[in-house]
Amino acid sequence: MESKICNLATQFFEDLKSFLRRCLFFILSVGPMPKHIAFIMDGNRRYAKKQNLEEGAGHKEGYSALMNMLRYCYEFEVKYVTVYAFSIENFKRRPEEVQSTMQLIQEKIESLIEGEYVLSQYGVRVYVIGNFELLSNSVKLAAKRAMDATADNSKAVLSICIAYTSTDEIIHAIEKTCEEKSEEFRVLDSSGAGYGLIGLRCNGKNKGKSLIDVEDIEKHMRMAVAPDPDIIIRTSGETRLSNFLLWQSASSLLYSPNELWPEIGLRHLVQAILAFQRNFSYLKMRREQN
Amino acid sequence: MAAMPSFQIHPSTLKHQRFPNAPRNKLLSPNSCCPLFSLVSKASILSGTRGNGVLLNCLPPVENHADEDLGSLPPDLRKNSMPSHVAVIMDGNRRWAQMRGLPSVSGYEAGAQAFRTVVDLCCKWRITVLTVFAFSSDNWTRPKVEIDFIMELLERALRDELQQLTRKKVRVSIIGDCTRLPKPLQVLLREAEETTKNNSQLHLICALNYSGQNDILQACQNMALKVKDGLIEPEDINKFLLEKELETNCTEFPNPDLLIRTSGELRISNFFLWQLAYTELYFANSLWPDFGEDEFVEALSSFQQRERRYGGKSVS
Repeated sequence: MESKICNLATQFFEDLKSFLRRCLFFILSVGPMPKHIAFIMDGNRRYAKKQNLEEGAGHKEGYSALMNMLRYCYEFEVKYVTVYAFSIENFKRRPEEVQSTMQLIQEKIESLIEGEYVLSQYGVRVYVIGNFELLSNSVKLAAKRAMDATADNSKAVLSICIAYTSTDEIIHAIEKTCEEKSEEFRVLDSSGAGYGLIGLRCNGKNKGKSLIDVEDIEKHMRMAVAPDPDIIIRTSGETRLSNFLLWQSASSLLYSPNELWPEIGLRHLVQAILAFQRNFSYLKMRREQN
Repeated sequence: MAAMPSFQIHPSTLKHQRFPNAPRNKLLSPNSCCPLFSLVSKASILSGTRGNGVLLNCLPPVENHADEDLGSLPPDLRKNSMPSHVAVIMDGNRRWAQMRGLPSVSGYEAGAQAFRTVVDLCCKWRITVLTVFAFSSDNWTRPKVEIDFIMELLERALRDELQQLTRKKVRVSIIGDCTRLPKPLQVLLREAEETTKNNSQLHLICALNYSGQNDILQACQNMALKVKDGLIEPEDINKFLLEKELETNCTEFPNPDLLIRTSGELRISNFFLWQLAYTELYFANSLWPDFGEDEFVEALSSFQQRERRYGGKSVS
């Protein structure tokens, strides 16, 4: 009986919080809202140390924080969310740590497909972005299953970057572009048609003549599934990109709260959105002035 | 917003007159205005120029640092963890001028002064490479009058400063697409690079009409040509090959350790992209003309306190 009342009370408070968030979104959406937010989930290990937890526990807390942030983002109609789960550089860590992190990632991807409420409620399609050759078979399989299971969802997108670095992504895109274009060049060469492979000119005068353009590289990027991020949030107060979305961050607002990733909450998201809205009007004003 | 006075190049640009000192941050912050200061500066500017438009001042004479103790660091900074390569986005010149009721061009003049201070400090503190973002590809949308002034300021600064830079053994390199710049400026830039190419004190890289994406694109185009000519296979392309093709291949430290952006803007704005993979980013609230030794020390001190892990485990 008591537990039934307890459950009802919990449910009531959850519904109330959800309602308050809807009101908050209503107010925020008077201004421009970001369409794509990317997160660098930094600080799980430091959190575990700070709270005197065992080593893997920080990542578990981080996962709960991630689920909350996803819920808030999708409630705020942020269509694209990208998270930096594991960098190629993280393979440099101790093998036991890499192993346990990979294990956790695999478990969490599987639970995402099997029972996670957030994905189905918001119609989220999952992409796993990274250099799959560096992943173990079991993680690769879990990733492919997650992508297949959510392939029909179309309301929102979650991109999980695993075994990812931006430099690896750019190199891969350039390799693919060169492969594609070198065939074209050989054909043109042999037909004697000739071409002007002049470097891209910013004033666009010779743009038509250059056979490789920014769009050619972009279409081969692993992150081509989403537009450029409006906001990149990195927790734990560090202000660096750590090889995340370098190409795509050209115009992104960089926001770095001091809290560690498991400590992130709704207020940080709201602060980031408000900062985005302030900068948005300034940028718009500058464009109008010019 | 008050109308900007119309802009004319005044003959007094040929005179060396001290520009009104930029107020310290404590006198004027972005959120407040010091009306007394702006009245004083307007008066000093307008007093000699009735009916002749706006008085423009040349850069003040360079102070002689030759006999200072080179390499002496302020007490807040540690010698063994100074960055090798510092990059700076010199943002906020126009806002600085606007806050003082001055035309934008005065902001650029004051910005040039701050630039010279930072170059001097880098030489003094033995920083190996300094990259400054003087003009981005995105800046062409600014009013023509402003762009013309910036180009003219660059020309003037180069002509006046080349001797000083040579004396201080500063090597100048230019990155970005220079073909769109005025021809006389292009000639001067090539001359500056040629004259200073053997200098070894500070490597000053000026990014003019530079865009990070275009840098990667032109590197990709060069590599595509090599693939077409059979010199390399697509699968041979790796980050070392790419870095050799990027415009920052002129230095052995192509990736900045620290990027400073002034004026509180929290974005990269298509400047270095590839090169910023592990760069510590420092966003200073002060506008560029107000960025002096104190602010630079604060940025460097913040850099020295950071723990750079490059993806590995924390040392602590």
